[in-house]
Amino acid sequence: MTDPAWTMTATLAIPLAWVAIGSLGLLRARSVLIAGRVLFPLGAAAALLLAFLSLASIGAPVQTAVLPLGLPDLPFHVRLDALARLFLFLIGAASAGITIFAAGYFRSGEGTPPGLLCLQYHVFLASMAMVVMADDAYLFMVAWETMALSSFFLVTTQHRIAEIRAAGFLYLLLAHIGAIGILLCFGLLQGGSWQFTFDAMRAARLTPAWSSAAFFLAVFGFGAKAGIVPMHVWLPEAHPAAPSPVSALMSGVMLKTAVYGLLRVGFDLLQVRCWWWGLAVLGLGLFSALYGVIFAAAQTDMKRLLAYSSIENIGIIFIGLGLALLFQGFGMALPAALALAATLYHCINHAFFKSLLFLATGSVLHATRQRSLGKLGGLIHRMPTVAWLALVGTLAIAGLPPLNGFVSEWLLLQGFLFSFDLPHSFVNMLVPIGAAGLALAVALAAYVMVKFYGIIFLGRMREPRLAAAKDCGRLESLGLMWLAAVCVLLGIFPVTVLALLDNVNQLLLGSGLAPQIDHWWLLAPVARARASYSPLVFLLGIAGVTWLTVLVVHNFYHGRVRLTDPWDCGFPLQNARMQDTAEGFGQPIRQIFEPFFQMRRELPTPFDGAPRYRVEIGDRFWIWLYQPAARLVQATARVVGLLQQGRIAVYLLYSFLTLVALLLLTL
Amino acid sequence: MANLPLSSQIINLCAAVLLLVSFAMLSQRRVLSLVQLFALQGAVLCLSTITVAWTAGRSELYVSAAVTLALKVLLLPYILHRLIRALNARWETELLLNVPATMLVGLLLVIFSFGLAQPISQLAATVTRSTLGIAIAVVMLSFLMMITRRKAVTQVIGFLAMENGLFFAATSATYGMPMVVELGVALDVLVAMLILGVFFFQIREQFDSLDLRNLEALKEE
Repeated sequence: MTDPAWTMTATLAIPLAWVAIGSLGLLRARSVLIAGRVLFPLGAAAALLLAFLSLASIGAPVQTAVLPLGLPDLPFHVRLDALARLFLFLIGAASAGITIFAAGYFRSGEGTPPGLLCLQYHVFLASMAMVVMADDAYLFMVAWETMALSSFFLVTTQHRIAEIRAAGFLYLLLAHIGAIGILLCFGLLQGGSWQFTFDAMRAARLTPAWSSAAFFLAVFGFGAKAGIVPMHVWLPEAHPAAPSPVSALMSGVMLKTAVYGLLRVGFDLLQVRCWWWGLAVLGLGLFSALYGVIFAAAQTDMKRLLAYSSIENIGIIFIGLGLALLFQGFGMALPAALALAATLYHCINHAFFKSLLFLATGSVLHATRQRSLGKLGGLIHRMPTVAWLALVGTLAIAGLPPLNGFVSEWLLLQGFLFSFDLPHSFVNMLVPIGAAGLALAVALAAYVMVKFYGIIFLGRMREPRLAAAKDCGRLESLGLMWLAAVCVLLGIFPVTVLALLDNVNQLLLGSGLAPQIDHWWLLAPVARARASYSPLVFLLGIAGVTWLTVLVVHNFYHGRVRLTDPWDCGFPLQNARMQDTAEGFGQPIRQIFEPFFQMRRELPTPFDGAPRYRVEIGDRFWIWLYQPAARLVQATARVVGLLQQGRIAVYLLYSFLTLVALLLLTL
Repeated sequence: MANLPLSSQIINLCAAVLLLVSFAMLSQRRVLSLVQLFALQGAVLCLSTITVAWTAGRSELYVSAAVTLALKVLLLPYILHRLIRALNARWETELLLNVPATMLVGLLLVIFSFGLAQPISQLAATVTRSTLGIAIAVVMLSFLMMITRRKAVTQVIGFLAMENGLFFAATSATYGMPMVVELGVALDVLVAMLILGVFFFQIREQFDSLDLRNLEALKEE
């Protein structure tokens, strides 16, 4: 906005400030008070500053700088453009809420001391910001690996528990396998110039074959981080293992850096694009979305459920990305811009509502020490703040108007409506099936969210201990409120948001939606005659109807209310165990989508005195993909191990034979 | 052959003796005799270096001859003798490959080495070029000795003999390596000897024997 150089310096100063704040935590590593009351709020303030800075300058021209850091002759390059600024806004705004929540959340005596945790947390934040700002492959990979490592340590905060260590290992393993893909992708992108700045990659001219190889390496690498099926297995393990603010940060923010990476490579660095990439990404996204949501429906652990829901949302984002690639490949500028805007919109939305929900589960976890849905219930009476704020997130993620989830999904479906115009005879018939799949996933997501919210907060308490649950503290509710407020704002003012997103469209696609978004209150992305949506009118309508109903009920029925037992179906005794359970709620989905699951059921016999019903839901990809891969690795290791005889004579023979062979080569 | 100058004849004689000593080492099972053979090898090497220095007029080769004499004829055999007495490791246990088979393999290696050296010795302009094949053969035979022996001490002697072969190759192909390199190698050999001596004691303390078969237990299952 103001002096461009000034914004660059200020934006760069914030990651630095985060690292400094984190390091301060080490001075008094055991003090919860300093970390919680001073350092985390400071970190949140820095995050807020980053968000405002990026938002204010999103339309500003591209800025670049060379940092005096890095290796000799290999300095770090940074660049701020609309895409980077948008994701910096996402990182800043979402982590502001999460960090202020974390200030009240972390307590002493839970694994890693709070000061160290503060360092890991803020390094994690700083590395995410640097990933987005990086303008050369070297800085990008350094930041990317720092991000993976710091989040690994955050996931294993309670490292004394073996399952948590195992979850952390799985995460680290997949993060590194993904990083190999990204590294190879950059290796292809430099196109023989051996210059690893992004500018050199933009200038490189690759053949379509090499271009495709680079793109799919990027899809593999970033997909592993984002949690695209089949690289999704770490999400449902790592998210429940991590403390809730960390899960929120990883699911809400870190997954988006992977989307950012794919956008950067796919739309910015690669100059040659093929339309069929879009189809592949679309298919991957669709499968992930359906797979994630079906598994979410079958979960009984609230954080696992949210983790699978993250897979679903990343799937939706990939659908949008694939659609944008497809439209752009066929030169359809307006639908491409629409699909890309929907993708970006959903990225932002997911960052806020998923963080909100993860944090809410954290509050529930702290209040009840219980993660299993089967032992919760009725918490809206004991934890009203958390419950009402979580309701906002639940409605948003379920895609109900007038909240933000609806807007992005609606825009995406609007984008799908253009697929009939695709100039390719099979594609224009296949892609609409994708729209149906997306609609199914979105509807199932709503079902999952009814289950999530209903079982935790509504009904009766399933355990007597829950009566002692306390609402969350002031800092925690402040964080939740911030996230919920942004969800509402994103839902009510979509036109403003789209106008901001259009900067990114202009950057990546060269064209935008600009002429289509003129009325601030009416969202008509293509043409008013085609489709339009006004969240404000909708909100006023709902509010009006609710208010009228309440008015009518109060005024006309109020006198006739009498307090008595309702008709109780002949069961005078009703207790909490008679409510629908999480397993029961998910049962139809388990039934319908049975081939997806690896299910193990233990059904009690009729004569069992203490009957127990158990069902374990396994992931088929473990059996199909990961276990064979692990066996292959072990078998290979065993073959290589045969070389290791342990006899010195044999080792000497190896060197001798090598020598003779090399000498023979010279003959 | 008869019209060769005396110096060349001496060098060729030295080379022949070196090869012979290498074969003798390959077949020798008494460790103390092995050390004596090693000292003999060093002495022959010293003699040939002096001859080369005399013929080619390279004064720095006298220094390396002196180093060879001090180190390989006197100091190292002395250290080895003391070690063997202290460790009481006079006899090599059975070989991995019996002596006649080892000799046959050795013969093949010599043929291989000569074949290998032929194109190189045609390029070299030194008086000693014809001995390059023997030098390579000495390296190979020493390597073979290291492979076929089980005792740690004999392996070290094989290692030292290999260094002799390399040194001989250097003098015969290019009138020796630069002085700095040569001194460095000499120091390396000395230090390696000292470290390996310490290792011998450690190995024996751990396993009550110097047989390297015991080290096979260290392999990861």
